[in-house]
Amino acid sequence: MESEALTVSFDLLVNKRSVEVINFAEIWFSYVWNDSCPVVKNILLLDSEGKRVAVKYYSDDWTTNNAKLAFEKSLFAKTLKSNARTEAEITMFDNNIVLYKFVQDLHFYVTGGEDENELILAAVLQGFFDSVSLLLRGNVDKREALENLDLIFLCLDEIIERGMILETDANVIAGKVAVNSMDPTAPLSEQTIGQALATAREHLTRTLFQ
Amino acid sequence: MAQPLVKKDDDHDDEADYSPFLGIEKGAVLQEVRVFNDPQLDPRRCSQVITKLLYLLNQGDSFSKNEATEVFFSVTKLFQSKDLGLRRMVYLIIKELSPSSDEVIIVTSSLMKDMNSKTDMYRANAIRVLCRITDGTLLTQIERYLKQAIVDKNPVVASAALVSGIHLLQTNPEIVKRWSNEVQEAVQSRAALVQFHALALLQQIRQNDRLAVSKLVTSLTKGTARSPLAQCLLIRYASQVIRESANTQTGDRPFYDFLESCLRHKAEMVVFEAARAITELTGVTNRELTPAITALQLFLSSSKPVLRFAAVRALNKVAMTHPMAVTNCNIDMESLISDQNRSIATLAITTLLKTGNESSVDRLMKQITNFMSDIADEFKIVVVEAIRSLCLKFPLKYRSLMNFLSNILREEGGFDYKKAIVDSIVILIRDIPEAKESGLLQLCEFIEDCEFTYLSTQILHFLGNEGPKTTDPSKYIRYIYNRVHLENATVRAAAVSTLAKFGAMVDALKPQIFVLLRRCVLDSDDEVRDRTTLYLNTLGGDGEVVETDKETKTLLFGALDIPLVNLETSLKNYEPSEEPFDIDSVSKEVKSQPLAEKKAPGKKPTGLGAPLAGPPSTVDAYERLLSSIPEFLDFGKLFKSSAPVELTEAETEYAVNVVKHIFDRHVVFQYNCTNTIPEQLLENVSVIVDLSEADDFAEVLSKPVRSLPYDTPGQTFVAFEKPEGITAVGKFSNTLRFIVKEVDPTTGEAEEDGVEDEYQLEDLEVVAADYMMKVGVSNFRNAWESMGDDFEHVDEYGLGPRENLAEAVSAVINLLGMQPCEGTEVVATNSRSHTCLLSGVFLGNVRVLVRLQFGIDGSRDVAMKLAVRSEDEAVSDTIHEIVSSG
Repeated sequence: MESEALTVSFDLLVNKRSVEVINFAEIWFSYVWNDSCPVVKNILLLDSEGKRVAVKYYSDDWTTNNAKLAFEKSLFAKTLKSNARTEAEITMFDNNIVLYKFVQDLHFYVTGGEDENELILAAVLQGFFDSVSLLLRGNVDKREALENLDLIFLCLDEIIERGMILETDANVIAGKVAVNSMDPTAPLSEQTIGQALATAREHLTRTLFQ
Repeated sequence: MAQPLVKKDDDHDDEADYSPFLGIEKGAVLQEVRVFNDPQLDPRRCSQVITKLLYLLNQGDSFSKNEATEVFFSVTKLFQSKDLGLRRMVYLIIKELSPSSDEVIIVTSSLMKDMNSKTDMYRANAIRVLCRITDGTLLTQIERYLKQAIVDKNPVVASAALVSGIHLLQTNPEIVKRWSNEVQEAVQSRAALVQFHALALLQQIRQNDRLAVSKLVTSLTKGTARSPLAQCLLIRYASQVIRESANTQTGDRPFYDFLESCLRHKAEMVVFEAARAITELTGVTNRELTPAITALQLFLSSSKPVLRFAAVRALNKVAMTHPMAVTNCNIDMESLISDQNRSIATLAITTLLKTGNESSVDRLMKQITNFMSDIADEFKIVVVEAIRSLCLKFPLKYRSLMNFLSNILREEGGFDYKKAIVDSIVILIRDIPEAKESGLLQLCEFIEDCEFTYLSTQILHFLGNEGPKTTDPSKYIRYIYNRVHLENATVRAAAVSTLAKFGAMVDALKPQIFVLLRRCVLDSDDEVRDRTTLYLNTLGGDGEVVETDKETKTLLFGALDIPLVNLETSLKNYEPSEEPFDIDSVSKEVKSQPLAEKKAPGKKPTGLGAPLAGPPSTVDAYERLLSSIPEFLDFGKLFKSSAPVELTEAETEYAVNVVKHIFDRHVVFQYNCTNTIPEQLLENVSVIVDLSEADDFAEVLSKPVRSLPYDTPGQTFVAFEKPEGITAVGKFSNTLRFIVKEVDPTTGEAEEDGVEDEYQLEDLEVVAADYMMKVGVSNFRNAWESMGDDFEHVDEYGLGPRENLAEAVSAVINLLGMQPCEGTEVVATNSRSHTCLLSGVFLGNVRVLVRLQFGIDGSRDVAMKLAVRSEDEAVSDTIHEIVSSG
């Protein structure tokens, strides 16, 4: 019934479709923030050559994909030689504060405005880094990240909503991402997968206490 | 989806560059989207396809409107699946696709259903998606659910609603403001992040209501249990309240105790936020600062780079205003010089340079020397600039600082770095007389082995100006003459000019200089040869040693005070003939247009080959126009033409603007008239000028336009006589007088008879600034000194209360109509004093230089010291008259 209704309006709309091409990826939400709220400008996950694994921009400082790529390229070059493997490192870049941490062939970055509290940004980076580690079960490398890219995207979605910090606690973030398929109303066949996932989640919690 | 997209396969281990998205193509993925329409949905497969779509978007691929619409509608089918993981991905892709408002309708019902689901995850995400894609009308429908969600016992749901509220506040403030009761309740939530989000939203709802924010902060600062993030927000609100109440209250600062107590919070984030807030309080006292500095000092020795960076950066800022307060941290700072993170090390050094006292300079320099070898150029530049200001602060220490600068000058480095060092040395030489000789020698040694042509020529130029004034000018000659042998043509030419300057200034050296110059006559480069010949001739190099005359000195040392753009235009217009090109005929007026364009963002600097910015010189055009009118010929040379002043409102029947042309004894108004009525033809158009408020002027001539058809501009002129040498000012009221003839719109022919009519125009003023031409000088200090104080006139003025210094400065600049030099028209925000340098040419071609010193006191009264130097005493006095009457 519902799907029938959908098809009808679909046809209607297809006829109305405008020829104008809009680059959806380029539509970013930009707001006039007052200075009281901590704001994250972007979160980047790059590989060991500076290529994108997953990135998310929340600020209109970079409006085109090229501007974003240029930012990533120069940031990567600037931070490449630093030792950000044990502790998160920090630098000023283009009037922004960038915090970063590397593990294996993955480079994690969080960018904020130059007046942002560095330690708040550090908490975001830590939350991102730790929740990815949890979700990838400790195998934090590019290959594992790409194979579980859906988890990385969901993870980003749980940390920041349009520049606003949603959550920084890695356990909570990973828990929310991995909570999948636990819908009690789901059919039996799907529930078995759900149970399997529940086990996986337990495993996650255990890694956490190690 | 916790399941990997592709089962991890050991076979792939050998391939280093393996990626599940290798060779992915948009077209193929868009085909795969069809699986969303299958009657039997495979949730895993669908999730994979969505991940691929997200991957494409994330890599910067874009979907066309059609593609996006198609994907969006296919995705909406997936709401049929009960699979939780798939639903998460559906939410994500909908947000990424940002559907248009007519598409949103399709998912609204599904999302609203999810919003009321029993599953918290559904509810939280549906709220976020719906609020992201919704518009105002839909919002009123779901408002009820959102209000409930804000106070939901599940923190994820409450946070989702609150954060969405923060975003919706920007687009639909009136709706979100109705939620404040619920938000208020959420502020009391025991869930850490809910409190943070509720606090953020509540403050934004009330941000325009100072009292409410103050109350909010008062009530919340009493409680304790809350998340570090919420606590940070509270600190920011508290300091906002402090800032706003600063002007009204006296005595103890409200909430200072709260800020201070936060310094003992267990979360570092909060401690830092509080410490930073205290250091940024306006008019903070040392007693208030101390606990904050102590807290930051502890961070300096943290094992975490982020903490050290944050602390040293905050302390660096404090050092700018309260250097003494930071000296306690000096020992910790010094250990940071060797920090692995070079940003931290640089911040530490620059802080130390700000706080250091005279006795510690030498020790500090020793430490920095070791440090300089292993940091990047960008950091070195920061250090060099800090050392420069330190040296200006402690001139007695110039020896060790100059030594340091010359040492690093000899080390490896890029252009910007070397330029920063050279600039610093030049500034020190200018400001510290004792440092001059050693500084010049350092520069000489540097050019012996300098790979940058620009720096070599700059230094040679500087040497030419400063070297001859030293006690033993001859010792520089060797360095300069070496350039003639060893360098490229540009540097050789500069070296020849420098030699000539020595020759002109130091008579004893003249014979030797001539010998050296003659050797350059056969240089392979024509510029070098030309310069040599010119200098040999002007200096009288034909054997006799003569006194160098003033003209030669002007040639060698005088600044080229003609804008290069004007010179270029004039040279292009010059047609080769018997008559030589006369540089005095080039206008000295600085065009404001190219300047304004430079400020436009994204404007690339025009290279040599780039076309000229702006229209060709309007002054030239006016000059040609006026000289074509015989009546104006005996007025002499046009001194200046103003920018057009509009005398009518936009979109009136007749558009008139006027240009003021200033001559020595005459002023000509050029009225540019346009008739904007197609049915009318105007004839015999003239302007009647009433001089009752302009006593010094007498009308000598009026030149009407015969015929002014529709939309064809015409010019009418009125000329006045005024006493020579007097800056006559006055107000002129203008009336346009003409004969109107009706025009038949079909044939376009005008009727025989016309009616005489008048049209009132706005008044026009001739002000003092009209007699001043904006002519900049490249080096104000040199110009000022070479002008001498023969006709200097200094006086002080009170300008009364002003909004800020910047306003006072720009008012005086506009009053005088002079060209600000060296960027001194820009006033730093909140500064209490400012010096502004102006240059111009006054009527009669008299060069004028003005130095303005401004100061502002607590009650915003501005005082100004005005120093004028010019080539004519009367003009210096006139400038003062302008200011005192303005």
